[in-house]
Amino acid sequence: MTDTPLLELRGVSKSFGSVQALTDVDLEVRAGEVMALVGDNGAGKSTLIKCVAGIHPMDEGEMIFNGQRVSVSSPKDAAKLGIEVVYQDLALCDNLDVVQNMYLGREARNAVQVLREPPMEAKTRETLKTLRVTTIRSIRQPVATLSGGQRQSVAVARAVLWNSKLVILDEPTAALGVAQTEQVLALVNRLAEQGLGVVLISHNLHDIFETATRIAVLRLGRNAGLFERTQVTQEEVVHAITAGQPTKVSGIAGTEHGAPA
Amino acid sequence: MTAGTPTAGVDAEAVPLDPLPQRIWDNVRTGNLGSAPVMLALGIVVLFFGISAQNFWSPANFTNIITSMAGPCLIAYGVVFVLLIGEIDLSVAYVSGVAGVVVAEAQLPTGANLPWYLCVLLAILATVAIGAFQGSVVALIGVPSFVVTLAGYEIWSGVILKVLNQGVITIQSPKINDFSGYFFPKHWHAGWVLGGWTLATLVSVGYVGGMLWAALSGRRHGIAVRDPIVLGLKMVSVPLVAVLTVFVLNKDRGVPLGVLLMVGSLVVWTFVAKRTTFGRHVYAVGGNAEAARRAGINVARIRILVFMIAGGMSGLGGIVLAARLNSVDLQAGSGTLLLDAIAAVVIGGTSLFGGRGEIRNALIGTALIYTIQSGMFIKGYATGIIYIVTGSILLVAVTFDTVVRRIQVRSGR
Repeated sequence: MTDTPLLELRGVSKSFGSVQALTDVDLEVRAGEVMALVGDNGAGKSTLIKCVAGIHPMDEGEMIFNGQRVSVSSPKDAAKLGIEVVYQDLALCDNLDVVQNMYLGREARNAVQVLREPPMEAKTRETLKTLRVTTIRSIRQPVATLSGGQRQSVAVARAVLWNSKLVILDEPTAALGVAQTEQVLALVNRLAEQGLGVVLISHNLHDIFETATRIAVLRLGRNAGLFERTQVTQEEVVHAITAGQPTKVSGIAGTEHGAPA
Repeated sequence: MTAGTPTAGVDAEAVPLDPLPQRIWDNVRTGNLGSAPVMLALGIVVLFFGISAQNFWSPANFTNIITSMAGPCLIAYGVVFVLLIGEIDLSVAYVSGVAGVVVAEAQLPTGANLPWYLCVLLAILATVAIGAFQGSVVALIGVPSFVVTLAGYEIWSGVILKVLNQGVITIQSPKINDFSGYFFPKHWHAGWVLGGWTLATLVSVGYVGGMLWAALSGRRHGIAVRDPIVLGLKMVSVPLVAVLTVFVLNKDRGVPLGVLLMVGSLVVWTFVAKRTTFGRHVYAVGGNAEAARRAGINVARIRILVFMIAGGMSGLGGIVLAARLNSVDLQAGSGTLLLDAIAAVVIGGTSLFGGRGEIRNALIGTALIYTIQSGMFIKGYATGIIYIVTGSILLVAVTFDTVVRRIQVRSGR
């Protein structure tokens, strides 16, 4: 555990008006691991990743990426660092095809903004092949014709296409059936195998115990536990989610590890 | 499922090409019928009036339909972009009237007396500015485009009435009147001026060449041609239509400038919509604006630019309409022009809900509307009946769009 983490958040706080969404939250993610981020509704999971993704600016706290202190103020900044987020509601355009969605906002183009379709199509094919996403019949079919699992695979593959270092997945299996969930979880594992850092947000402890390396628990906008997957039971995690005490109190250093006994 | 398990379904590499029937079915399933139904309708309408209406099937009438549809068609091209991002522009007709007024005032020999090209430039700049203004209110402040452009509808009609206090301005510049009244020489060329046949050849060679070039550059990247049969049919039918059009028009007065404006705008805007990042982002904003924003697209910029295109094309259309009358009067931009322009786009197969449609929908839709109007006029129907028929077709088209959209949502997952 001596290697520097890929992403490190220290003391992140964020409020929306009078609502304190995050209070002094820490999180670290290493390359090649799946860090599960769990918590009940309103625990602050989505807010935390939106801070990382540059959608919400954080009020307080610092973000260290690859050993460098960084500030991210827009999705573009995050993308530049190599942070990609796959959102719960997919963020795909149904009317566009797979290639068009994969390259949305970052199209291959020439000097006068004319699209260069062939390289985009070839690279999309290659990326899907690397990730062994093989159920999509044609990468030129509109995303509207794909199944939920296929759409999620496209969204994840899009995140990988850009040589990203950290991929954040927000409830990637929430709307999927059993077989499709397996398909997406296998994909998540492959991302970690390829050396990427993965943050997996999920309500589904079964999914988490199948894929995660470590599990971070948030409760009411505070850290409420950090576990190694192999050394914890589902009951302990559920307890932390529903009744966990903050594991870190402002001003007292070194309290951020281990669950409340 | 672990990493090595073979997955169900077809391997992406084993079937690099999607069979044509499958693609057609996908398109039907997702409501991407495009212009197929309206092309069919246009064929039926032409056949019907060709048989039943006297003199409908004549080169002179063909020329008439084309010169009458040129202005509305140019306006409709801009409307396609607006509908593609899921917005609406109700001001296009009066904005086109404003362009007519600007051109007329600018050319006035007793007034500004500017050369024709400056008049045209001024008119188009004015309408692009109007589009930029209305688009900014929509995109930056978030006022619904329906309301912003409804306000524009009132405002610009008021401006026309206020500026034209003398009631009518005659356009005396022959160059400006040529926007509707010019006909190309019937042969290959006359001096340095290209003739109709040269235009047909240029269009055909350009189209076929473009298709071949795209196919070849795809092959260089190992991408095979999709549907070689469709590609072949397109490469035969487009030159055929070009040659037939010129042949028929040459039986009357030759190819009107309106044809060049319509075809030229079609080519330019289709290229912009389909081959540039801007066009791709227009479709993305119409399909899922939030997804577009998260992908780093500047959604507000796209919206403003789209309203500027709508303004500019209204301006160009307005110049053609003014040139057709050789004047502007208090009627500029009024009547059914707005309905015709928006109806044409929707009837042509562009969705009112955004994200689905093609530039050519505008051309096909206007052709259908003006063919019906011409046929009914020849058969002696009253104007009221013609409006009722046009409105009914619009209703059918929008109903179709809505039903198709519902089917699409159902097949989505």
